[in-house]
Amino acid sequence: MTAPTTHGATTHAGGNEHSHDQDHGHEHAHGHELPFWRKYIFSVDHKMIGLQYGLTALVFLLVGFSLMMLMRWQLAYPGRPLGWVGKLLGENAMPGGVMAPEFYNQLGAMHGTIMVFMGIVPLAVGAFGNYVVPLQIGAPDMAFPRLNMASYWAFLPGGLLMIYSFFMPGGAAQSGWTNYPPLSVLTQVPGQTMWLFAMVLLITSSLLGSINFIVTIVQLRAKGLGFWRLPFFVHAQFVTSFLLLLAFPPLEAAAVLQLMDRLAGTSFFLPTGLVVSGEQLKVAGGGSPLLWQHLFWFLAHPEVYVLILPAMGIVAEVIANNTRKPLWGYRLLVYSVIFLGFMSFVVWAHHMFMTGMGTTMSTFFQTTTMIISIPSVIILTCFLMSLYGGAIRFTTPMLFATAFLPMFAIGGLTGLPLGLTASDIYLHDTFYVIGHFHYVVAPGTIFALFAGIYYWYPKATGKQMDPTLGKIHFWLSFLCMNGIFMPMFFQGMAGLSRRLYDPTIYAHGRAIQSLNVVISWSAWGLFLAQLPFIWNFFSSLARARAVENPWSATTLEWAAPSPPTHGNFPTPPVVYREPYEYSVPGQTSDFHPQFAGEA
Amino acid sequence: MAEASPYAADALIPHTVEPHPVTGIPNGKLGIWLFLASEVMLFGALFSTYVVIRTTAPHWPPEGGLSSEILNVPLATVNTAVLITSSITMVLSWASLKMQNLPRFRLWLGSTIALAFVFLVIKYFEYTHKFELGHYPSHDNFYAVYFTLTGLHGVHVIGGIIVNTFLLTAGSRMWATEPERFTNRIENAGLYWHFVELVWIFLFPSLYLL
Amino acid sequence: MATTHETTSHEEFKKHLGKYYVVFVALLCLTAITVGVSYLHLNRPLAITVALIIACVKAGMVAAVFMHLLDERKVIYAVLILTVAFFFLVLFLPMFTIVEGSTV
Repeated sequence: MTAPTTHGATTHAGGNEHSHDQDHGHEHAHGHELPFWRKYIFSVDHKMIGLQYGLTALVFLLVGFSLMMLMRWQLAYPGRPLGWVGKLLGENAMPGGVMAPEFYNQLGAMHGTIMVFMGIVPLAVGAFGNYVVPLQIGAPDMAFPRLNMASYWAFLPGGLLMIYSFFMPGGAAQSGWTNYPPLSVLTQVPGQTMWLFAMVLLITSSLLGSINFIVTIVQLRAKGLGFWRLPFFVHAQFVTSFLLLLAFPPLEAAAVLQLMDRLAGTSFFLPTGLVVSGEQLKVAGGGSPLLWQHLFWFLAHPEVYVLILPAMGIVAEVIANNTRKPLWGYRLLVYSVIFLGFMSFVVWAHHMFMTGMGTTMSTFFQTTTMIISIPSVIILTCFLMSLYGGAIRFTTPMLFATAFLPMFAIGGLTGLPLGLTASDIYLHDTFYVIGHFHYVVAPGTIFALFAGIYYWYPKATGKQMDPTLGKIHFWLSFLCMNGIFMPMFFQGMAGLSRRLYDPTIYAHGRAIQSLNVVISWSAWGLFLAQLPFIWNFFSSLARARAVENPWSATTLEWAAPSPPTHGNFPTPPVVYREPYEYSVPGQTSDFHPQFAGEA
Repeated sequence: MAEASPYAADALIPHTVEPHPVTGIPNGKLGIWLFLASEVMLFGALFSTYVVIRTTAPHWPPEGGLSSEILNVPLATVNTAVLITSSITMVLSWASLKMQNLPRFRLWLGSTIALAFVFLVIKYFEYTHKFELGHYPSHDNFYAVYFTLTGLHGVHVIGGIIVNTFLLTAGSRMWATEPERFTNRIENAGLYWHFVELVWIFLFPSLYLL
Repeated sequence: MATTHETTSHEEFKKHLGKYYVVFVALLCLTAITVGVSYLHLNRPLAITVALIIACVKAGMVAAVFMHLLDERKVIYAVLILTVAFFFLVLFLPMFTIVEGSTV
């Protein structure tokens, strides 16, 4: 076949005949194979960096989850020795096999930190963003490949230092994942200082990544790919990048200030006349502990949307693909996600209603919080409407994506009482809060991320994951997730505080202790539910090659070979239409890819 | 072509030099402005800290007196002038490249780096004088703000020196192969350098004079 | 400016260069003024207002001329408008909240 015909066929049929072309493009891109360390370790290819981010983040997710499984032992059976696990962790952490309170605090603080900053953000943004965004916009790579590599190589040391802090004298940070001063400043463990250092690295990594994403999306879109033809996932990543870019620097500043407080003896966050253990502290004073909370939540509330927006993007892709009809309200979705991004910057102090705010400011933040629920509801409604009348294929990614909808709805709706000052007074810092945000992030975001893994696995490997194992993984996870987080609402409404080392010291805690046992066993069950996934993830590499475009999808990533070679597309793709042209009347097939020219 | 560089990735990427038809700028320009946007937020949070601590303090500076009596205004004024001068030498180095004059570019960029060093040396004298008096950041929050804000600004100055030194030496080899891209790089480095000056324009009155 | 061969773009550039020198001198003068004003020992609110206005004028000149913002593209303006909005949020909202909270 001569070169021009191959070219035409590729553009037309979405890469059915690309195998010849693929090798061709590969040869052109960089002639010889790169040495191992440049191809797999210090790679500048967005796909390899995406995979590096993905695998590292999955490992960190497992680590963070393991910390939680340990905590659940203490919560279910307070003070009971933990056999060989206790011996393994040593006398400092588990004296006599019983968990030490300090160790419990470390587990709690590090669980939050690891899950948010080293698990979900790198997976949602670093992995999916890196791998999928350039492909979906028809770009050969990210705009700044070396910056991309630098981003990963700031993330990895940051993550490893964070883990390393467990092995420092006195252990890891133990003032909660929010690290509120004065406690965090006064805690005399080097692990806290390490937390701040590692955080600065992780933030730097995210900043570099977000600059790269924005430039890539603005500058490198394929011919014909206007703003209103971008897949919703790209819109979500675009808004997410702006959140990271503008919300993360204040936390970086705050981390530097807390480092100054800890290392140089300043009093940015230490008030005048602070008394610790009956003695007045010898510091200059005059600082404001609330300032840390403001700077922290200025990041950490937009951060919630950094966690959820890419998840919504994945769900949108999977739903459109598996209902075989265009996404309902595509423009409405885009407007909502942009509005959500804006609003996420002006709601942060709803985390601080209990800090003695005045009525004017708390009314302001309460109002903005109610307003921000509107675009979230619009997005969810659009997804629900997309299901209506669709010929739904319940593939594994679709199962996770559909489960996302009620899970996110529960998480979102239970947030409303927390956004209103009157009910927040009762519910603040109880297990209700834990239930609320975990419904958003765990069965919400993480399910969406699983959907993304099952959906794009064929893109990255050329193989399909086993559907039976996938369904086992889904149903067990779905059951266990709800077993974990649903009882937390009841615990919270019964008044049980979060961060309690031993809930049975209170009568109201003892009365509902059986719920803790249910939750813990569900958590351990959730771990077992991940085993089929882990097995599936690796064993599917040995399966037979899947067909090109196995999901019959319309978006641009399926115009590239699977896995895409260096430079992604054999010929620069051209976009002819909107992203979700499924079941278009008058077409012979039920999908009409963006990259297929008119016949 | 692409094989020449070990990181051949950029060879494939559009708009590294030629501007995007719609946005009218190459990738690097947008990238540097986004980076500056994040820097604005970083210093925004630091100024916010200053505002909060200052408005809640019964007296400012806490030890009494005036900021201008505690800090060395003449030295800081000289430093402001040094930084302003380094800004114009930076922009002149870019203009020299636009006029294809590499030796003059070297002269101006070299002066920029030299002036940045002068700034740091003066800052060093200011700091050591405070330390001799026993005024460390822990003394009170006035010194905490002063040292942290000027310290972070100083880190940015050092960053600028590193970038500019690279562009003056090894980085300038690009002039022979891709002159337009190199000129853009100098413009972007300049944008960063002007931003560092811009921060100082606010730091100087708010710390020393008010 | 001893350029060996003059072209139109070089001519244009000379105009630019003139602008840079004007801004340079203006910045030095404004620095002198703001330092001079500080020796008048005006009352605090007035002193802060004057110093911030001068600083804003100086910053504006640096951004407009040295950083070429005057003839920059729309996409840069869009990024900067967004950033400035959030800059003022992070600058003032914590202060409002903390000050109001401390007076309750």
